[in-house]
Amino acid sequence: MKCGKCNEKGVLELQHGILCKSHFITYFENKVFKTIKKFNLIGRNENVCVATSGGKDSLTVLYLTKKFIEKEKLNSEVFALVVDEGISNYREHTIVDLEEFCTEHNIPLKSVSNKEEFGFTLEEAYPIVNKGTKKKPCNICGVWRRYLLNKVSRDFGATKVVTGHNLDDEAQAVMMNIFKANTKLSANLGPISGIKEDKHFVQRVKPLYFCTEKETRLYVLLKGFKVQFTECPFSHIGYRAQMRDMLNDFEYKYNGTKQGIINSFLQMLPMLQEKATENYTPIASCETCKEPCNGKTCNACKIMEVLNEV
Amino acid sequence: MEIINEVSRSTETLAFSGSVQELLLHLKINPETVLVTRQDEVLLEAETVEDSDTITILSVVSGG
Repeated sequence: MKCGKCNEKGVLELQHGILCKSHFITYFENKVFKTIKKFNLIGRNENVCVATSGGKDSLTVLYLTKKFIEKEKLNSEVFALVVDEGISNYREHTIVDLEEFCTEHNIPLKSVSNKEEFGFTLEEAYPIVNKGTKKKPCNICGVWRRYLLNKVSRDFGATKVVTGHNLDDEAQAVMMNIFKANTKLSANLGPISGIKEDKHFVQRVKPLYFCTEKETRLYVLLKGFKVQFTECPFSHIGYRAQMRDMLNDFEYKYNGTKQGIINSFLQMLPMLQEKATENYTPIASCETCKEPCNGKTCNACKIMEVLNEV
Repeated sequence: MEIINEVSRSTETLAFSGSVQELLLHLKINPETVLVTRQDEVLLEAETVEDSDTITILSVVSGG
């Protein structure tokens, strides 16, 4: 099984043919760089914060963000930021990999933890919050993670937050919003998160938007990045895991399903954003922490209110 | 054939010769969710594996 571009052994079969190691790496990197350029995700003289976990997606996007900035001579800075949620036998391993990676590639690494910021690890908070609100761990984790990424990246003067969201993540999010009749939320999806720029928020961008999870895993393997392939012990509880399995079943039976979802979604996104803009209410500040929110209290502080009742 | 399975974190021995795709279907693993290697060489689904091979099945899914 030879590469369609040369005579080397193939490593991945795509819809348009088989690629060898060398041609796959070029294909993958070019796809990421084209995404950054097409959607203007990273510009000149920026201070770019890459949200990292030590997993395959975040290490890949960290490496390629730095490579893109150097290749294009953008005079922009890059640093990595990791949020330690406090999940035993999971995050402590990936953080060790991340520290080694950042040292090897000369990238500054900043870290923040739920325990330091909120006084609770996710494992400590989940049973208490779940008892009062039925919230799942992913709900708590997502709210606190987004809160800390925005707050801490802004404190470090970041002009962009790069995330490792890939095509699989985005296809899952689109379908989850449809299944739960939350299409309004989908207006915030896309290669650039959010509907409008707002001084409260550091803009979040997704260079791996068109890369599948399988492609990213292969890239990491072929590049020899040290990554432990562990799943969050809470992930099976979440709705997303069910959606992921369903889409992978569809993808296997009907090749191109996930790409089809994203292509369709990108055609609809301008309409969703226009509709959302019509009903746009300016972002307010949380009365408790002064961070951005839609009501009087932000979702992170609402979780803290439940915890403080105990 | 020895199969090192990163997905189930197990190692098993199986009498099997055939394509990678057939192997994965036999193991009830969706090929979309894994990469398969033999001595660090990434295998395509249509490639053949032999009974004497040691195969590693790598999970594509990670994170939360």
